[in-house]
Amino acid sequence: MKLNTKIPEGRLEDKWRNYQVKAQLINPANKKKLSVIVVGSGLSGAGAASTLAELGYDIKCFCYQDSARRAHSVAAQGGINAAKNYQHDGDSVWRMFYDTLKGGDFRSREANTYRLAELSAPLIDHYVQQGVPFAREYGGTLVNRSFGGVQVQRTFYARGQTGQQLLMAAYSQLYKMVRAKKVEMFPRSEMLDLVLIDGKAKGIIVRDLVTGELRRYAADAVVLATGGYSRVFRLSTLAIGCNGSALWKAHKKGAYFGAPSFTQIHPTALPQSSEAQSKLTLMSESLRNDGRIWVPDQKDDTRKANDIPEEERDYYLERRYPSFGNLAPRDIASRAAKERIDAGFGVGRLKNAVYLDFKHAIEKFGLETIKDRYGNLFKMYKKITGIDAYKEPMQISPAAHFSMGGLWVDYELMTTVPGLYAIGECNFSDHGANRLGANSLLQASVDGYFILPNTINNYLANEIKADHPTIAHPEFDKAEKEVKANIDRILAVKGTKTVDHFHRELGKVMWQECAMSRNKAGLEKAISQIKGIRDAFWNDVKVTGRGNELNTELEKALRLADFIELGILMCTDALERDESCGAHFREEFQTDEGEAVRVDEEYSYVSAWEYDRGDFKLHKEALEFEFVKPSVRSYK
Amino acid sequence: MKVTFKIWRQEGPDDKGAIRAYEVDGLTEDMSFLEALDHLNELLVLKDEKVIAFEYDCREGICGQCGVFINGRAHGPHDNMTTCQLHMRSFKDGDTIVVEPWRAASFPVIKDLIVDRSAFDRIIEQGAFISSKTGTAPEANAIPIPKEVSDRAMDAAACIGCGACVATCKNSSAALFTSAKINHLNGLPQGRAEEHKRVAEMTYQMEIEGFGSCTFTGACEVECPEGISIINIAEMNARVTKSKVFG
Repeated sequence: MKLNTKIPEGRLEDKWRNYQVKAQLINPANKKKLSVIVVGSGLSGAGAASTLAELGYDIKCFCYQDSARRAHSVAAQGGINAAKNYQHDGDSVWRMFYDTLKGGDFRSREANTYRLAELSAPLIDHYVQQGVPFAREYGGTLVNRSFGGVQVQRTFYARGQTGQQLLMAAYSQLYKMVRAKKVEMFPRSEMLDLVLIDGKAKGIIVRDLVTGELRRYAADAVVLATGGYSRVFRLSTLAIGCNGSALWKAHKKGAYFGAPSFTQIHPTALPQSSEAQSKLTLMSESLRNDGRIWVPDQKDDTRKANDIPEEERDYYLERRYPSFGNLAPRDIASRAAKERIDAGFGVGRLKNAVYLDFKHAIEKFGLETIKDRYGNLFKMYKKITGIDAYKEPMQISPAAHFSMGGLWVDYELMTTVPGLYAIGECNFSDHGANRLGANSLLQASVDGYFILPNTINNYLANEIKADHPTIAHPEFDKAEKEVKANIDRILAVKGTKTVDHFHRELGKVMWQECAMSRNKAGLEKAISQIKGIRDAFWNDVKVTGRGNELNTELEKALRLADFIELGILMCTDALERDESCGAHFREEFQTDEGEAVRVDEEYSYVSAWEYDRGDFKLHKEALEFEFVKPSVRSYK
Repeated sequence: MKVTFKIWRQEGPDDKGAIRAYEVDGLTEDMSFLEALDHLNELLVLKDEKVIAFEYDCREGICGQCGVFINGRAHGPHDNMTTCQLHMRSFKDGDTIVVEPWRAASFPVIKDLIVDRSAFDRIIEQGAFISSKTGTAPEANAIPIPKEVSDRAMDAAACIGCGACVATCKNSSAALFTSAKINHLNGLPQGRAEEHKRVAEMTYQMEIEGFGSCTFTGACEVECPEGISIINIAEMNARVTKSKVFG
């Protein structure tokens, strides 16, 4: 199948308008006859569900958590970008577009990325109207701060809880529409398969996590808003329940997977302290605004941080990247930390961390200002580590974070399966090979509130007269039977090892070979190791309890089974791309100074993988840069 | 590190339930409390037993999904902290740790340590929103909001919906939760248009869900992971009176 990006004609500035002018409309009476399933209730899911419901569609929204308000958008701390130019510092839609495209190392579509920047300003208006208490100046206007990879101040924030505040706005709008009886909400419900009828997405199979019952839901279109899949590494900044299963099931039913290996490793998480650890807590990147990152300039320095004099500290980001310094983009900051740690300069008990120091900022701005800016982050740091970071530097370390990769989507955010859309982190669209900080809340929101509600009509307009699907269709029988068989198969193994055992094994391989730094031999080895883990899992996993009851162990096992297969695809993708770009750093492709070497002549495309009976077939979406000439991405 | 967990086990809503003891070895001080339960669950699987059902998601103190009673206190021994932020260094080798689900009639037990907090969603459904459709917003800086006003709204809006306030209250009152949301929205100019209706409907829903009345003991603010103050409840009560007069 040839990939059709559906990019509208015209100048970059005109494309979205041109699209909207030509898109099909559906009259309100007909919208009532159409129904849409939304899987996920984070910023993109709740945003899409409430907005589509306002437009008149009947919506069913699903989430695995006990309430829509738990979705992991809640955890984003630092902020949301918008080209408002309130700081009068030279910002514009064009500059934001360019920063995002460059930040992604020229591996995303110009038209999508421009639209993201274009819709950022109205999004801030939208959230303020919904009651988000963004930080304000004394005079009452909105405040901005800087974020990595950017030289203007365009980040809006609500203390260190921006994601939470945006999600609360989205969740309350969702419940506004629940009250209006236009959205039916299904918490504690996990999608376990996609149902296609005549090649179109028409429904899902869901497991009720309380009773274990399998349920069928039919609709005229299905929207996946299921977030990222970095739990494939097991240790990540994600919520424990985040998973890739909905994506994986859709992939197996024909949706191409775009750039699966593009994973952002966040530079400022708390370091791992033991094998039993389940999660790496993120400390917002905004801390790099005022915090300075350093390691001792002597190897294996055992002195306490405060005892190391200024002249014996190596502020390596400021040294290597003088123009961006501590605000270098995430992929670069993470790799630079890894380089120092691997070279033996790491700090902390396990020598796996670097310092993030606020001493100078406190001297310059005063303790109260720093408390006002980051108070809750310092509090959180103290709760977890027991250390007072106002008095000594924080210890931080890179951790698996955001999935730039996801289901391949066109300009309308539709996957290669007609009627199946992917929005927010679960698609591959705007961020290319690396996402800039504070662009994640933005993309999720813009996809859900502004883009999808304008593009889905184009598909649904042709479904008005079609037969509306019912759950009695034989395709539902078939899908439900397969789901049931899969559950029974896992429960029947009755082996000797726990689900977590296999997840730790998978995580180790993925972190070693498919994270910050990759090479051919390592990736080839990883693929065979993961296949080994897959076989061992299906022969030796042990899950107690039954399928028809609340069974958290079974939930984990089902998610892991999909993660294992996804891991193979991620390594396959990383192996195929013989270049370094953004977060994808192949050791074979670097300069003498250790900077990434992109190979535009051969790899200026988005990889889109088709599932082919356990194997993967590569399709390429060539990236055409009509308006911007890709340059070497330098932050020096 | 070795401890004895005494944990509430209950198969389902209709089961009577009982405390069961588990001796667990091989723990470390760096482990979080929930990781210690993960560890116990792995041991149970290997012994062919059903795992203990407990809730969590983000494990960084912001989603609000975790929450159990630990040695008689909501979210454990520290003030203003979620269960997931609690670490085993807060306990001593040889300790006995009693773990129970949230105790409130409006939060029925689903299984073991998991309770049903959907009553909170239904309170939100009754007006905890600004009725403004996507696409209708004016320019964000068109309505200046003084920093103090915005900060106060943010203090209230920080609620994570974990339910510790209800669980720790002797009356199982949801006044802190409800007041925080009311004050967040009613405190902002955007929320003013619906202020009286919002107060009336949300507090009504709070009552029909069976939550008790507030008697101002202040127990809730001690356990609230976001440190939301009971001043919010006083403010809500004033708003209730105001809504009766003007609403």
